[in-house]
Amino acid sequence: MSTLFDFGLASSLVALALYVGWARDEQSSIVGFIALGLLLSLGWTRLRSIDVALTEAAIGSGVTGLLLLRTQTSLRNDKPTGQEFGVLAKVSIGILCAGLSAAVAYVVLIPPDPAPTLAPQALGSIDVTGLGNPVTAVLMAYRAIDTLLEKVVLILALVGVWSLTSNSHWGGAPAVPAIGTPQPLVFLGRSLPPIGVLIAVYLLWVGADAPGGAFQGGAVLAAMWLLAMFSGLQPIPQTQSVNVRLLLVGGPVIFLVTGFLGVGCGAFLAYPDGFAKPLIIVIEVALILSIAVTLGMLVAGPAKRGPG
Amino acid sequence: MTIAADLVTIIAVTAGAVFFLAGAMGLLRFPDTLSRLHALSKADNLGLGLIVLGLLPQANSVFAGLKLIFIWMLAQLSAATVSRLIATAIAKDTGS
Amino acid sequence: MTTPFDAAMLLGLSGSALIGIGLFVIITHPRVLRKIVGFNLLGAGIFLVFGVAAKRGAMAGLAGDPVPQALVITGIVVAFAATALAIALLKRLFELTGSSDLAPLPPDASSRRT
Repeated sequence: MSTLFDFGLASSLVALALYVGWARDEQSSIVGFIALGLLLSLGWTRLRSIDVALTEAAIGSGVTGLLLLRTQTSLRNDKPTGQEFGVLAKVSIGILCAGLSAAVAYVVLIPPDPAPTLAPQALGSIDVTGLGNPVTAVLMAYRAIDTLLEKVVLILALVGVWSLTSNSHWGGAPAVPAIGTPQPLVFLGRSLPPIGVLIAVYLLWVGADAPGGAFQGGAVLAAMWLLAMFSGLQPIPQTQSVNVRLLLVGGPVIFLVTGFLGVGCGAFLAYPDGFAKPLIIVIEVALILSIAVTLGMLVAGPAKRGPG
Repeated sequence: MTIAADLVTIIAVTAGAVFFLAGAMGLLRFPDTLSRLHALSKADNLGLGLIVLGLLPQANSVFAGLKLIFIWMLAQLSAATVSRLIATAIAKDTGS
Repeated sequence: MTTPFDAAMLLGLSGSALIGIGLFVIITHPRVLRKIVGFNLLGAGIFLVFGVAAKRGAMAGLAGDPVPQALVITGIVVAFAATALAIALLKRLFELTGSSDLAPLPPDASSRRT
């Protein structure tokens, strides 16, 4: 019975992906992409990976869909596109892509036996970290350096986005059009952010023992901040503002400092005995604020007005 | 006791699914945007409410049940706001 | 077929289909915004195949191997960062040339410098 549901889910995924690829206008394909994100989250839940389902719903289809929709409304060009592949080229590219899909499907169908896994090792040392959620333990304890570098990648992407502003606007504020903000949006901007902040803090706190974590909570925080900005209740910060820059680098800096302090205990990012859980909590709190500001500024875009 | 709980769940979730189906058909078949918004609001409020009602007997604790109701209220809040925004945009477009 | 017909196999097959579809959209679609959507499709397909590895590694009382799950979470965030940078580049391209495809410009174009 559940196999029937899985079969329906898998075929809906493929059908919706085909629609997203071949929809006639961009807006339909982006809305289809957001719906695809919802189906992907359901798929992740079926694969018993709830943390990934949360991240996919929040960042993979939530913030990405918002970014794509905003871009599409500012890209309304009617110019006919000049360059397109001929039929023969498209068919051969299609055959090659189908071959790639078949190769990956072969790997899925003929797995190694016994299945390689690191679950016993992950569970073996989890008591030392004081966490209950093995995915959080992998993210913040076993592979903490991956999380640190991932945070740095976010900052680098933001630097790249900021560098795309013209010289006269450097340091100014991004343009978030609030053209006569309608009353329902202002109402939502007043009523939803307190609830959203509470949910974000809950996601962060419960991520230690149950599915959740800093990235999911940071995405919810960023969404609340963006909602306040879009409804005109919060000013759009300038990219040269010291507070914004402190919040942006606060997360990675605290992570790095903890890492270098760990050198005294044996290795970079080693946690001293008994201090693992408090250190992880400190890092996660700094990380969630930093992620929220980074995601918000990535959606807001490069500066479009001069500073001051 | 669990048989009664399972029966309530099956009936309520099926009714909610029927409302969602009706909302989706309304979205596809109604002629203009305002009537489609009307169909969608039935799916959002009543359909989701019935599904939440049906899942309440299956919740593990009072806190989980309260979380379900909270989700329903949040969905109603955002659906109402979005419907109002779309309707205002339509009204502005048609100049009425 | 040596695999059981379960959620992992079906979702893994759909993931491989998404990889092919996403790559085709990236290569052949003329508009850059659709190429970015195709890049996200490709990423989603790859992550699904990772998820199959996570589900198949379920052992020792866990529902899934946590290491591939953590890798996918990292991948989703990095894919979003790449998408945001690509979108910023696309917007700048549109501001400077007025077109959002990658057709080569005539030699005297890009007179709309800001």
